[in-house]
Amino acid sequence: MRMLTFAGRNVKEILRDPLTVLFGLGFPLILLLLLSAIQANIPVSLFEIQSLAPGITVFGLSFITLFSAAILAKDRSSSLLQRLYTTPLTPVDFILGYTLPILPMALAQTALCYAAALLLGLDLTVDILLAILLNLPASLLFISLGLLFGSILNEKQVGGICGALLTNLTAWMSGIWFDLELVGGVFQRVAHALPFYHAVELARATLTGQYGDILPHLWWVAGYAIACTAAAILLFLRQMGRQ
Amino acid sequence: MYAIDMLNLTKRYGRTLAVDGLTLRVKEGELLSLLGVNGAGKTTTVKMLSCLTRPTGGDACLLGKSICRDPAAVKSLIAVSPQETAVAPGLTAKENLALICGVHGFSKEKRNQRIAELTGLLDLGGILEKRAGKLSGGWQRRLSIAMALVSEPQILFLDEPTLGLDVLARSDLWEVIRALRGKVTVILTTHYMEEAEALSDRVAIMKDGRLLVCDTPQGIKTAAGTDDFEQAFISTVKGVIS
Repeated sequence: MRMLTFAGRNVKEILRDPLTVLFGLGFPLILLLLLSAIQANIPVSLFEIQSLAPGITVFGLSFITLFSAAILAKDRSSSLLQRLYTTPLTPVDFILGYTLPILPMALAQTALCYAAALLLGLDLTVDILLAILLNLPASLLFISLGLLFGSILNEKQVGGICGALLTNLTAWMSGIWFDLELVGGVFQRVAHALPFYHAVELARATLTGQYGDILPHLWWVAGYAIACTAAAILLFLRQMGRQ
Repeated sequence: MYAIDMLNLTKRYGRTLAVDGLTLRVKEGELLSLLGVNGAGKTTTVKMLSCLTRPTGGDACLLGKSICRDPAAVKSLIAVSPQETAVAPGLTAKENLALICGVHGFSKEKRNQRIAELTGLLDLGGILEKRAGKLSGGWQRRLSIAMALVSEPQILFLDEPTLGLDVLARSDLWEVIRALRGKVTVILTTHYMEEAEALSDRVAIMKDGRLLVCDTPQGIKTAAGTDDFEQAFISTVKGVIS
């Protein structure tokens, strides 16, 4: 109950920030529309809707990192957390309170992207539902990255690291905008060692019904999600102890 | 029983001794001000007493509960209004109060009752539906104190509550703090001499983590041989240097 009260507060704080809604929901949709328009004029297989839409859903999640990092960094800088640390809220309440409200937002963002993709010609199949569901590990990964950065960075740094660096890293290393094989070499190996490429390939495999290709990518994403969540919890507890 | 009983309370950050063997007792209902120049150890003392940081030595009992052995029990007795504004900016003033009621596990009835009581006590009626982030500094501080009072604490820590406020907002807040005297034990940290003199039953002056003196404002002035409390503070602090 205490955790839900705190989680409810976090939902209100996030949704009442118009920039959050604009970037979180609007920006991925704009990209989807823009690239679909380009695809209509200059056909590129990478930008075909069944390939593009899963990539955009993963790219959109990088903004979710910004939300979770920003709210935590803001709470730390305003001393609100210090006040709440003197209440009966437990560390588990804090971590769940920051994570749980953002998960439905991530799912809603993914669902909205696929809804827009349907209007742009994506076939309506049950695989869309599966793709939304299997975006959960990636959602958890991006949320935990936000908590991780929010625990150690201030508001301004969060904007730079999560708003610029992570979104670019996600874009370059995921194979959404260009085929990683075209670059090859170290770049491709690094991209394959990071979770972003696997998150996109997982979503693409799910959406196109290539179920056999799901698990190898799922392990990568789930592994990173678990590791990042554990790191986020440790860093959160560390900054809590430093209060 | 004392509201606060500190015995040799010590906090060390690496090689820095932030609080050095602080021994001090505060009676129930008393308003004690902690005074000192920057780095004196006031905020660290408050953080230890409010279980935000563990002492590296000594202990303190708040209404008989040890901050080292029973921090959960201590947390149920206290509330803190931190130095910086500690409100949720995107929530209305009412939602901020409801948030604190919720994290203390209050029922809906008790929540509404406490919000009504605090609205009356701190005259928050006019700003209840306004977003906290849009309020002036004075109103944010007032709301911050209301949030600290939600849980009906027996001990309240006010860390520089009027810092940066204009004269009128400060005067208003003094009235709020005066209204708490005798009902709640208040530990107030401040840099404003006139604030400490006007509000406190006793004043504790700290320097370099150590307690120099703890007496009534008049007692401190008498000991320093001056009628000016600020001069008495300066003499007390400099007296140790010379």
